[in-house]
Amino acid sequence: MMNSTLKNSTLVSLLLKINLGRLFVILVPMLWLAAFFFVPFLVVFKISLSEAVIAVPPYSPIFEWDATDAYATLKITLGNYLFLFEERFYLDAYLSSVKIAVISTIITLFVGFPIAYVIAKSSSTMRSILLALVILPFWTSFLLRVYAWMGLLKKNGLVNELFMSIGLIDQPIQMLQTDFAVYLGIVYTYLPFMILPLYTTLEKMDLNLIEAAQDLGAKPYQAFCLVTLPLAKPGIIAGCLLVFIPAVGEFVIPALLGGSDTLMIGRVLWDEFFLNRDWPMASAVAIIMLIVLVGPIMFMRNGNKEAV
Amino acid sequence: MSSTTKGQSKFLLASAGAGFLFLYAPIIALIIYSFNASKLVTVWGGWSFKWYVALFQNEQIMNAAWVSLKIAFISATLAAVLGTMAGFVLSRMGRFKGKTLLAGWVTAPLVMPEVITGLSLLLLFVAMESLFGWPAGRGMTTIIIAHTTFCLAYVAVVVQSRLASLDATLEEAAMDLGAKPSSLFFLITLPLISPAIVSGWLLSFTLSLDDLVIASFVSGPGNSTLPMVIFSKVRLGVTPEVNALATLMIVAVTIAVLAAVIIMRRQNKVEMPQN
Repeated sequence: MMNSTLKNSTLVSLLLKINLGRLFVILVPMLWLAAFFFVPFLVVFKISLSEAVIAVPPYSPIFEWDATDAYATLKITLGNYLFLFEERFYLDAYLSSVKIAVISTIITLFVGFPIAYVIAKSSSTMRSILLALVILPFWTSFLLRVYAWMGLLKKNGLVNELFMSIGLIDQPIQMLQTDFAVYLGIVYTYLPFMILPLYTTLEKMDLNLIEAAQDLGAKPYQAFCLVTLPLAKPGIIAGCLLVFIPAVGEFVIPALLGGSDTLMIGRVLWDEFFLNRDWPMASAVAIIMLIVLVGPIMFMRNGNKEAV
Repeated sequence: MSSTTKGQSKFLLASAGAGFLFLYAPIIALIIYSFNASKLVTVWGGWSFKWYVALFQNEQIMNAAWVSLKIAFISATLAAVLGTMAGFVLSRMGRFKGKTLLAGWVTAPLVMPEVITGLSLLLLFVAMESLFGWPAGRGMTTIIIAHTTFCLAYVAVVVQSRLASLDATLEEAAMDLGAKPSSLFFLITLPLISPAIVSGWLLSFTLSLDDLVIASFVSGPGNSTLPMVIFSKVRLGVTPEVNALATLMIVAVTIAVLAAVIIMRRQNKVEMPQN
């Protein structure tokens, strides 16, 4: 009792001291994000513990209120999670998404690094032109860029036609609806996410250091491995995380470019939700996906803090 | 530069050139084929505008485009206001309780897989409806709330980095001269960060126009956005009308990006003498 009145009076005096305008500016974005970003995860977690039923909404309530005896029962089930671990299918989907995401992240790094390096080392006018050229596709619709590849990779698409006309192949190869197309799609659409952080760190790098290394007898590849790479490390980490995290949950690319056997967890979640209409199961899939990604996401956040 | 570094840069230039080719070849092919008179994507039937005509006569696409534009405009504007507040709070308000929490919440939507964001927002809206009766059903409102939430993060990051690179002396001088916090913000800080807010708004606008996954989760019947219509069309195969639509969108985005670059450059030039 004493304690709570004490608390209240300090709270009131604290509130009076705080500038109301300042409080408003702080609270509005915080409350918005709490309501529409943080709370939703609690809701997902709650629903992942319920059972699917044929009703509106299609999941069982967690609390059941018994009017005659006037007590509430808590009804939760771990069934969805158990099912996730029992069924090979889900485990395979998680593993295959992580595999696809890792491999495409590495390819993206190899494709993006030279581009970032050349941009960082070019003259200032050239640099802004090249940067604009990298950013432009990033601003262009993601969906349409994936769609552009459908036209190229089709059986009678441009790539097959080109390869056949120069005699590289005799008959069209199946490229669309394969894992190859999924890798290509991820590398293509996420390339700007890799180039931009790489560029930011490489731009700050002192070229004299490389020259110094070479003057001291380092071969180009040695200078690259011993000087450039360590200096570019923050950019490499940031770029890889920016590609890897969304790639794990990717839905559009496997849906449009992948085949029916391309297994990715984002697509599984989508089907669970829209086709099977099993909301609790979709929630459980999302929660486990989130747990898989918590490490990388936290790492990304800490990296951001250091960069700022 | 020594000869060895020159040799290295030749290799680098070649790979970077190949990289740029990789980035642009599909887009260029798409633009060229949007003018193809033939319905078959690979058969060139001469230049024609017929797919553009077909596009504008397609009511489903036109309606969806209108819905998308409205949603993008409102969400970008809301996100610009909220994101500027968040960015300002994070870089200018000193320490306060919950700052790390806010910083985490601001950056997390940037990396969260879209399927998770979409699913969690939908489940929230359904739970809210059964608890408070609002939002009644899914549609424009729920899409706008969802888009504002993830666009806010982008605006906050852009504004925050702009504020971080900004010389605080002008703000300090105004404070010394007795400006109230509110007038300090509206007369000094806001004009200085306006290019960041404009580019944040443009970025939000395009992100909202582009979003398929989140919108699919939180939209209701009769509120299909443009990406949702494109996706359902494209899934059935390559449609020439979509080539025309893509070309128009690419042209629009190119103009917007050029405008943004010019605005940012002009602003940087104005500031040069201060630094």
